[in-house]
Amino acid sequence: MNYRGPYRIRTVDKPMPEILHPEDAIIRVTRSCICGSDLHLYHGMVPDTRVGSTFGHEFTGIVEEVGPLVQKLKVGDQVLVPFNVACGKCNFCKQGLFGNCHESNPMATAVGGIFGYSHTAGGYDGGQAEYVRVPYADVGPTVIPAEMDPDDAVLLTDVVPTGYQAAEMGGIKEGDTVIVFGAGPIGIMAARCAWFFGPARVIIIDHIDYRLEFARNYAKCEAYNFKEMADPVVFLKKLTDWYGADVCIDCVGCEAEGNTLQTFSGRVTLMQAGAATAFQWAINSVKKGGIVSVVGVYGPPFNLAPIGNIVNKGITIRANQASVKRLLPKLIDHVLSGRLSPKELITHRVPLAEVADAYRLFSSKLDNCIKTVLIP
Amino acid sequence: MITQNEDYKNIPGWGMDADPENEPTYPMKNYTGDDHSRINYERAEHQPQDVEILMSNERPAMTRVFGTAVPPSGLSGMIRRYAFQHSEDRYRHWIPLILADRVNVFEGLIADIGTGHLPNFIKERGLAMEWKYNRTGLLKKAATAAVIGVVLVAWIRKKK
Ligand SMILES: NC(=O)c1ccc[n+]([C@@H]2O[C@H](COP(=O)([O-])OP(=O)(O)OC[C@H]3O[C@@H](n4cnc5c(N)ncnc54)[C@H](O)[C@@H]3O)[C@@H](O)[C@H]2O)c1
Ligand SMILES: [Zn+2]
Ligand SMILES: [Zn+2]
Repeated sequence: MNYRGPYRIRTVDKPMPEILHPEDAIIRVTRSCICGSDLHLYHGMVPDTRVGSTFGHEFTGIVEEVGPLVQKLKVGDQVLVPFNVACGKCNFCKQGLFGNCHESNPMATAVGGIFGYSHTAGGYDGGQAEYVRVPYADVGPTVIPAEMDPDDAVLLTDVVPTGYQAAEMGGIKEGDTVIVFGAGPIGIMAARCAWFFGPARVIIIDHIDYRLEFARNYAKCEAYNFKEMADPVVFLKKLTDWYGADVCIDCVGCEAEGNTLQTFSGRVTLMQAGAATAFQWAINSVKKGGIVSVVGVYGPPFNLAPIGNIVNKGITIRANQASVKRLLPKLIDHVLSGRLSPKELITHRVPLAEVADAYRLFSSKLDNCIKTVLIP
Repeated sequence: MITQNEDYKNIPGWGMDADPENEPTYPMKNYTGDDHSRINYERAEHQPQDVEILMSNERPAMTRVFGTAVPPSGLSGMIRRYAFQHSEDRYRHWIPLILADRVNVFEGLIADIGTGHLPNFIKERGLAMEWKYNRTGLLKKAATAAVIGVVLVAWIRKKK
């Protein structure tokens, strides 16, 4: 796929990617997904998204070629590739922060390298393609267990670890009440994974009914439409015994709806880095001393947020890009044991050649779309 | 690590209340203390650089690997080079990059036309999906755009 400008993409023939570093591998893509994060690119909201780039950070494939220093991967291996480009050696990687690698993105220090995610995230071409270059091939790519369904494998590159980490960062204790904002693939997975930590209640908020319905069934949680609430924060306070949730999780990010001022300043005029509506609701609906976990993506400069309330309520904020590699062993176990079934999120399968239609479908939330897989 | 006060460990009470369990990034981070060796960690080999890469001025040197998807070029490239003179903290970095992205769209169109390829906007924008699953919405949008267009044209004519 090839980006031509906001809302415009097409497929083109590009030269085969080459090994540019001795630790590189070239992967022939077997499946790639479109993510909510790709929509920020598609809508032209991420600075330094250059015309001609290829998106895609959630993919599986077959190793086609390896560089001279690659030791663990062999040609022919079936692998799933975490969305983060990580060196495995810097202090951040060594401490498990694979989403914050310091040796994968020269263009910005605030974010590590991410496949197919603009030059702000390293300028890598992504996996919504037939072939892709994968640097540090001994670190990220993980051989798919023979007994694993390939649809589950591709969701382990981002959706499952991100949803899981969103819940993990919430520091959920037994008996807690958790509110998840956003019923996209990430929010649904966060709500599902929250149960691994023992809460008594999980509540999900969105404004798209088919997604709420899906979340209710898949994640076994309570689901509410914020368009039906006069004031979402008051509604949520009341729903949580006028106390506030113990943990709130933002799985929406910069393209949130629901607050005119946030939308106008963040999405229409780009005066701030997107609309921080869900983040604001999270802070204002969590209890005093509560935890707000953020995986929703925001742009680089800054956002309007109620910092005063964070201070006065003593709120802890935890946030990060998911550290896919760190979580994989645990999550592979959850999937293989049958406790978690990620592939149920997949609603659409589209040939790579129809990628423009696939983006539109997901972006406009048409045909009850939750998650789309592209097949090259 | 650079420290101004070599004697800091002799400050009364130094480190007394440190609690290694109180790690705010837990469970994301397995605290090892490696942070205190700062940027002196082991690194991979250098990726040979044969295209222009714009580097954040908050770094002392290039990362050992990097993407080479679309090197800066043309007018948008000039704007991007300017942007990278400023840190990630500054609007002078991000606003020019957004501007360059918009300029780049026109450069893309010119390049398309230059190579004899007329872009198919309807297909590139996936409008067939709106037509299939959201026909009323699409028609409403088109009608609104048409009305605004007609009003604008009438207004401009009147002004003349
Ligand atoms: N941190 C990470 O590692 C990471 C990884 C993947 C995705 N993400 C981010 O997570 C977010 C969600 O991803 P996704 O794939 O589920 O995207 P998505 O676009 O499918 O889902 C977002 C959902 O939020 C809903 N929404 C909009 N405004 C809302 C509001 N004010 N309150 C509650 N819900 C609201 C939308 O209707 C939509 O259903 C995106 O910002 C994405 O970039 C982060
Ligand atoms: Zn993703
Ligand atoms: Zn690293």
